[in-house]
Amino acid sequence: MMNFEMPQFALAAPEIWLGVMVCVVLVADLFDRSGEARFAFWLTQLSLLAGVWLAFYTHWGDSGQTTFNGMVVSDSLAALLKAASAALAALTLAYSRDYLRDRGLLKGEFYLLALIATLGMFVMASASSLLVLYIGLELLSLSLYAMVALDRDNRVGSEAAMKYFILGALASGMLLYGMSMIYGATGSLLIGEIMLAASGGENALLLAFGMTFALVGVAFKFGAAPFHMWVPDVYQGAPTAVTAFLGSAPKIAALALFLRLLAEGLGDLQAQWQVMAIILAVGSLAAGNLFALVQTNFKRMLAYSTVSHIGFLFLGLVAGSEEGYSAALFYAISYGIMAAGAFGMIILLSHKGFEAEQIEDLNGLNDRHSGYALVMLLLMFSMTGIPGTVGFYAKWLVLQALVEAGLVWLAVLAVLFAVIGAFYYLRVLKAVYFERVENPQPLVSSRGPRVVVAANGALILLLGLFPDTLIALCRAAFGL
Amino acid sequence: MIEKVIFYVFAAILLLAATLVITARNPVHSALSLVLAFFTSAALWLLVEAEFLGIALVLVYVGAVMVLFLFVVMMLDINVAVLREGFARYLPLGALVGVVMLLEMLLVIGASQVDLPGFAGEAAGSLGEDGGNNIRMLGSVLYTVYVYPFELAAIVLLLAMIAAIMLTHRRRGGTKHQDISAQVRTRKEDRLRMVRMPSERNNDS
Repeated sequence: MMNFEMPQFALAAPEIWLGVMVCVVLVADLFDRSGEARFAFWLTQLSLLAGVWLAFYTHWGDSGQTTFNGMVVSDSLAALLKAASAALAALTLAYSRDYLRDRGLLKGEFYLLALIATLGMFVMASASSLLVLYIGLELLSLSLYAMVALDRDNRVGSEAAMKYFILGALASGMLLYGMSMIYGATGSLLIGEIMLAASGGENALLLAFGMTFALVGVAFKFGAAPFHMWVPDVYQGAPTAVTAFLGSAPKIAALALFLRLLAEGLGDLQAQWQVMAIILAVGSLAAGNLFALVQTNFKRMLAYSTVSHIGFLFLGLVAGSEEGYSAALFYAISYGIMAAGAFGMIILLSHKGFEAEQIEDLNGLNDRHSGYALVMLLLMFSMTGIPGTVGFYAKWLVLQALVEAGLVWLAVLAVLFAVIGAFYYLRVLKAVYFERVENPQPLVSSRGPRVVVAANGALILLLGLFPDTLIALCRAAFGL
Repeated sequence: MIEKVIFYVFAAILLLAATLVITARNPVHSALSLVLAFFTSAALWLLVEAEFLGIALVLVYVGAVMVLFLFVVMMLDINVAVLREGFARYLPLGALVGVVMLLEMLLVIGASQVDLPGFAGEAAGSLGEDGGNNIRMLGSVLYTVYVYPFELAAIVLLLAMIAAIMLTHRRRGGTKHQDISAQVRTRKEDRLRMVRMPSERNNDS
């Protein structure tokens, strides 16, 4: 018989905290008589913010200690991934309340599902076993499917949820198939042992097959072309508050999946997955940017722009160096902030019975509210990558890593596509500043979301002017 | 050698059944094919000497989940006459599935009686010093080595429950239900109104 070794619970403190809070929110919501999910909202926000602190407190500076028989790893990377995903989740949820209330969707379960999704991201961020990685992914995905289906009387929303569910299940199947082959080739579920076995060079063919399937699964979850078909429909069909959540924090989790599984576990097969990642990156840049050009629906345009940003993020991963990974991490975090702001903006401009989904709904925004127009300007500049905003440094770091890795042609290609991308971002700004409407109606919105959107815009500007701290954090997470 | 043949036979049947699940137009056919697929994969597990998991798959999925599923599928067609009418049509398929299952059982039982040098011993050795007692091995690692994924799987189940209830639970307006605390708290004045009416006069007295 084997001896039972008491796991070090402290190393998994953020996950345990969120897991406990899931149960607390679940029960507290039952006693909420306000009908506005007040307990659930505030408790969720408290749990997420405490999670940010706890992730840093627990993991930062750790050098890869493991617990639970090697299934959970504690390192600086886990700290940053967890802190970023929890902070982005809290930011996007802060937008959601008025929107959901106006549409009769404000239920405690929404915040509960978001909390469980964040728990899934936490689990993935410090997973060091394929089993744990997969369960974390399922925690995240299952809650997202349910959140997309939140507005069940809406046919577009239900269709989006159905598509997301089926394609997501397919992607999970691919990933599992790949993982099973990796297990078959290396004989272990633990990522550290997979790394050792992979460097031995045994069962190379089986391992390559497994790696390919795993990469396809990861690309599906990212929404990288050619596996991006679900992204536009889901982004457009889901309630905007859900799209905001879906568009920001889970990207960090997908990055965690890539880093843990492919960069860490199969790092020795980099030469093989690099080619595939280049195809994914270039494909996403092309498909995202070109399809975004012809969209008239703002949400759909942002969805295609997500695909193009994922392409850029993949370029950082293609570089395959610590610099590249840290650039990708910085890109994911800054993109999360931008996406939260952009969808938050749609939430603010919508009101009961009206969704500001079309680009023409933004016409004359400057006349209606110059503050919102300014935030929109910052968001679009940041997505384009204009200096002074955080998006510039995100792109800059990726390009730098690419050039250092000797992939200059990719860097040139990326810049070309970024220039194409500038067209549709600037088209939004043209609508905001130069289109006139007959009788501009002043915007009415409550104070909470207004403060959040202002803070979001300020964050983009601040990180654009003083990016050093975040860059240093991202580099330190990879020991640079 | 023989276990390889058995494996390939089962794998082929499994793939065929799985394809049928998604290609069959009739939901009952799909569900029956899924039963066959579960059964075949249980047989594959038996082949690698994971007896407990194989039996659990048959008991839980074939025995409970799929029967419930078939019930639901058949409930969708409320017209009983149509179902009865379909019996003759489904009979060949049902019989075929039954026969294939029977053959599989015979194959597995037969395989255990055929002498397989190296096969059984090797697999048992890989299970540890207990000599391949499946349930004991599972029990000794489930709550120790794999306690973390185990607890997480529990949260996945909780999540599935919450999501399913959220998506299907509907509070309809106009339903009548008792509010007991309101009933208890009620006072006499809320319910009883004293009305002063002039008494009827008997004029003819």
